[in-house]
Amino acid sequence: MNLLTILTLIPLIGGAAVLSLKADQKDLARRLGLAISLIALGMAAFLWFQFNPSPGTNGFAFEERADWLPSLGIEYRLGVDGLGLLMVCLSALLVPFSMLASWKIDQNPKLYFGLLLFLEAGLFGTFTALNFFHWFIFWELSLIPAFFLIKIWGGPNRTQAAYQFFVYTLVGSVAMLLSFLAINVATGINSPAHIFDFRALAELAGNHKLEPIIAKLGIFKNPSTTMTVLFAGVFLGFAVKVPLIPFHTWLPSAYSEAPTGTSMMLTGAMSKMGVYGFLRILLPIFPEQTRAMLTPLLWMAVATIVFSAAAAFAQKDLKRMVAYSSINHLGYCMLGIFATVQLTGSQMNGPLEKEAALNGVILQMFNHGLTAAALFYFVGLIEQRSGGLRGLNDFGGLRKPAPVFCGLMGITLFASLGLPGLNGFIGEFLIFKGAFSLAPGPAAVSTIGLLVTAIFLLTLLQKVFSGPLRSEWSGWRDLTAGERLTVVPMIALMFVLGLYPQLALGVINPTVVEMVKQMSF
Amino acid sequence: MLPIVKYLWLIPALPLLAAGLAALLKKERRASAATLAIGSMSISFLLALAAFLPTLSHGEHGVFRECFNFTWFEFADNTFQSASTVQLGWVLDPLTAMMLVMVTFVGLLIFIYSVGYMAHDENFTRFFCFLALFAAAMLGIVIANSLLLLFISWELVGLASYLLIGFWYHKPSAAAAAKKAFITTRVGDMGFLLGMLWLYSKTGTLLFYDGGNGCLEQSALIKLVAETTMCGMAISTAISILIFCGAAGKSGQVPLHVWLPDAMEGPTPVSALIHAATMVAAGVFLMARIYPLLSASADPATISTGLKVVAWVGSITAVFAACIAVAQNDIKRILAYSTVSQLGYMMLGLGVGGVAVGMFHLITHAFFKALLFLGSGSVIHGCHEEQDIRKMGGLRILMPITFATYAIGMLALCGFPLLFSGFWSKDEILASAHHWQISQIPFYLGVIGAFLTAFYMTRQMFYVFFGSPTVSPAAVADTKAKHSHNPHSSHSHEPATSIHESPPVMTMPLVILAVFAVLLGLIGTPAWPWFHGYLAGHSPKVDLGKLAEDAGLMLVSAVVVFTAMGLSWLVYSKVTLQKSREVDPLEKAQPFFWRLLANKFYIDELYEVTIIRLNKAFSVLSDWLDRTFWTGVVTMISHLTVGLSWLSRKIDEDLVNGGFDHGCDGLRESSRNLSKAQNGQTQFYFRVLGIAFVALVLALIWRAK
Amino acid sequence: MTPLTHYLIFSALLFCIGFAGAMMRRNAILVLIGIELMLNAANLNFIAFWRYGNTEAISGVMFTIFSIAIAAAEAAVGLALVIAIYRHRRTMQMDKFDTLKG
Repeated sequence: MNLLTILTLIPLIGGAAVLSLKADQKDLARRLGLAISLIALGMAAFLWFQFNPSPGTNGFAFEERADWLPSLGIEYRLGVDGLGLLMVCLSALLVPFSMLASWKIDQNPKLYFGLLLFLEAGLFGTFTALNFFHWFIFWELSLIPAFFLIKIWGGPNRTQAAYQFFVYTLVGSVAMLLSFLAINVATGINSPAHIFDFRALAELAGNHKLEPIIAKLGIFKNPSTTMTVLFAGVFLGFAVKVPLIPFHTWLPSAYSEAPTGTSMMLTGAMSKMGVYGFLRILLPIFPEQTRAMLTPLLWMAVATIVFSAAAAFAQKDLKRMVAYSSINHLGYCMLGIFATVQLTGSQMNGPLEKEAALNGVILQMFNHGLTAAALFYFVGLIEQRSGGLRGLNDFGGLRKPAPVFCGLMGITLFASLGLPGLNGFIGEFLIFKGAFSLAPGPAAVSTIGLLVTAIFLLTLLQKVFSGPLRSEWSGWRDLTAGERLTVVPMIALMFVLGLYPQLALGVINPTVVEMVKQMSF
Repeated sequence: MLPIVKYLWLIPALPLLAAGLAALLKKERRASAATLAIGSMSISFLLALAAFLPTLSHGEHGVFRECFNFTWFEFADNTFQSASTVQLGWVLDPLTAMMLVMVTFVGLLIFIYSVGYMAHDENFTRFFCFLALFAAAMLGIVIANSLLLLFISWELVGLASYLLIGFWYHKPSAAAAAKKAFITTRVGDMGFLLGMLWLYSKTGTLLFYDGGNGCLEQSALIKLVAETTMCGMAISTAISILIFCGAAGKSGQVPLHVWLPDAMEGPTPVSALIHAATMVAAGVFLMARIYPLLSASADPATISTGLKVVAWVGSITAVFAACIAVAQNDIKRILAYSTVSQLGYMMLGLGVGGVAVGMFHLITHAFFKALLFLGSGSVIHGCHEEQDIRKMGGLRILMPITFATYAIGMLALCGFPLLFSGFWSKDEILASAHHWQISQIPFYLGVIGAFLTAFYMTRQMFYVFFGSPTVSPAAVADTKAKHSHNPHSSHSHEPATSIHESPPVMTMPLVILAVFAVLLGLIGTPAWPWFHGYLAGHSPKVDLGKLAEDAGLMLVSAVVVFTAMGLSWLVYSKVTLQKSREVDPLEKAQPFFWRLLANKFYIDELYEVTIIRLNKAFSVLSDWLDRTFWTGVVTMISHLTVGLSWLSRKIDEDLVNGGFDHGCDGLRESSRNLSKAQNGQTQFYFRVLGIAFVALVLALIWRAK
Repeated sequence: MTPLTHYLIFSALLFCIGFAGAMMRRNAILVLIGIELMLNAANLNFIAFWRYGNTEAISGVMFTIFSIAIAAAEAAVGLALVIAIYRHRRTMQMDKFDTLKG
């Protein structure tokens, strides 16, 4: 059973089907799109319950393999471990949510829903691929629908935002592609087989065999310089996608110009591609280079956390504020990832702390996807109801006419600021637990980010929902039944993961244990 | 294991369930919400009593202590065994049991009181939901056997207090106060979090007691004391000071006290619940809970730095807040500052005298301060939401029950000798401070604080209950109509008939609390320190001789209290009879100091110009960096790229293409010029031929020669 | 007997006259006549050299006869061309015939 191929094909074929509808079959397009995304969700859920990696597979399950261009090391290879599975589930979960949030889009809905499904296919492909070649195809495939979604349905500055988003990401991708081509060429020198397989490369790197192979390229005299350059290329590709400060400037405008449903996908799932890349590709293949750059990388993560939180506080536009908070949350992931890179040797509990941090990182990825998407959903609703206004100071006292709206958005905000009992806390706690032991300085400074996050999220809550009700909003509608139905499952999931994190950690933990064992750190 | 230990979780879970259910109720289901909250709290109270009973008998190892731990989730390879899991749990020991009883009992009374106080509020249902959530979180703190569970409940308490302070969200000041409270306490919580993480990484567990493996037990403490950090401080001390940051935030210790007076924007039962009985006490409780860690030091003879820090911060807070309270005019703000000051006493007691000293004051204070707050609520309720004490007066006749109970609370707070609980608990703190080896300054600060406390409480009593009523019926009607009050039209000597005693549902809790405010002192007198024995795990005997030992100190504190009250009487008994109460006599005497105190030493303003502005500046800087610098760099790169493309296009078009074209043009031009010789005239060619022939011949001839 | 030099001088003069005519005259007929004169100068040279050389061999006479025949043919073709051009252009002026110019 090629379950993963089927999983990727569902939205791909479904997207084509939606596109083949007639332009005036708007409702049908929406319904069909939603139905297909729900089928994909069902498939993802099926995988979740079937997931049971057999021993000796390094924690991977549902593996598929087919030769493609064997002489170049290109093969069709799929498989998921806990990390991939969780990301697949996150993407599958967010697409229907995002579709419901975009239900009211009336300008060519069939194209919109079709593109969302293609985006989903790109995400599935990225999270399941184990060979660079088709991984990269899917990586780029997800970019194109996102570009058009911003370009066609975005806000007033959509064109600039879309181009910025596209070009920025593409520059990173190209740098990464070049690095991988160099590796592929190097592995082919005096050797029968080129290598594109992530795990094979990771194994080489783990046994310190990759550097001698790269040395054959002879670009620089010192092979470690070559490795560093290759590392920089791959790093750039992922750092732009996450994004890490200072590679983030495309993000606020892209997120704030994109239509709500697209922002949800961008922040919820696509930003995870970058973090996923760090975990699946960069760290296993370039452990020593990462380690050599550890201090600047850690402080880069800290800068991401602190500066983005502070910048969010300075925003007057709700969407931009949420966009910056999204950078901030992924900064914690990066902190956790970088903290685990350093060698602890035989130091007591080194692996334990690393496992804690990585568990936290992966959980945080999922949680952030959930929370940030929900936040964008709420901001989108505010924008929709106010007729396009979304300034921090445009509102006031909305809690009175819309108590449920306020309550549910409040829960989401508190989940985002890491209130215990909601999902955000466990991830951040585990990241900080690991990071604080492994890199106390950066972790301690990062708590400023936690504090500032609380400040701006509460400011949002205060300015929008508290105070006297402005007369122009006296007719503000509370959440409709449909909207409640859309968002309540998300919020329920926030509670479930906050109270019973073992649900997700049970899947993540074996993967993380395997990761820490596999990588030579 | 006793069944009550196993089911201890029910005590916080019941109010939590009630909160959850109340959250789903419709606005109109007021009675159901109140019933849910009060019912769950009553059951919790009974359970708390059931949990209290077994702790009265202490086991062979001293105190009674049983805990129930379970694994919450697993985050690492199971070869690390228990270190790879996060464990939570609850513990039943005297500290927990006593707090459980206190919190559920005071909470229950406040719940009942709220039914009357909030009767006319449209969000009545929501209020009980929040109250129950708060109680649940607070009880969670109390039963927690894991620092993590404690932290979780701690944050939930913060959330509940945020919701309750901002309950009247349509008031911008309430919304701002709620935010301020949450953020100020979160500043401390970051220290707490770091301390917790540090402790976790050092000991591998956050359970307090775990059959010898807990982080408060011997083996862990020995390890923590042995290691030192950079400044030569034991790790245990560093951790406990970090955790103390959290406690200082919650308990309003200087310099994180600023949120507490602002939190008075919430409804009065909230003030009573949060600022008297429970939340603010959580910080003191936390310090008491981690006391083994706090007091651990390598050399048992020396006092740990952690304790010193707690004692000093406490004593400074005690005096600092008391000073400010003298110059406040809002009835609830005076009480709020007095709470800050009393919390300072608790910290001081904890620092100098140990858990029992601090906790005893915590318990007595919980009762009499809840009493005072509820009394003030009754006053406010009776005076139609008036909170300025200068506009009250003569209420002793109009509100006799409130007056009587309030007076008891006030005397307890002042530490009126012998009869009232506050006297015994405060005296004990002062005695411990007096015997402290490190310094006598905290003791003197404590005495000054006691003096100021007696002074400002007497002042408040005079303003509110003595003299003549100053709120006129017209003004009241005005207030009712407009919800605004004009202070200049309110000086009338007519009796304010519309001021009324509160309904029994509000006064009953007052009476009950008043009884406890008096009686509680009896369990902790030096003659029979039952309370200390209970916490330490032994039964003390009645020994009246002990009373004589401390008699000197008691005399001092009694003299201080009497002097302060007398002084206050002298100053204010006349003022309250005067028409104009706008200017305080002390303000006339010392306008500068008065302003300083009335403006709370300008701490808020100081924060405004330093931290808040710094934060703003930093965020503006970040935003600027983003919009200008990073975007600038990117724009520069993009411009650079555009420039490069322009250059290469120029090279292509002008140099390469242009050069080729130019060459071709030249060639064509020269060909055209050359082809002009081919003019088509045969004769011309012929002529050329002829001339050439001639030339050739001539040349040949010339060559031949 | 008249020395050979006289013949040669005469024929050279004749040639020069013909050459000058061919070069200078603008009328195409006269140019043709000039050309004929040059041919005849050459013929004269052939006969003169034959008479003063080996008279047994008749190559000189043969050349002359050929040359006269060719000149006749040439004159015929040339005149025909001139007439054709004249018909086309209505002129005999040589400097007007410049369609082949570059």
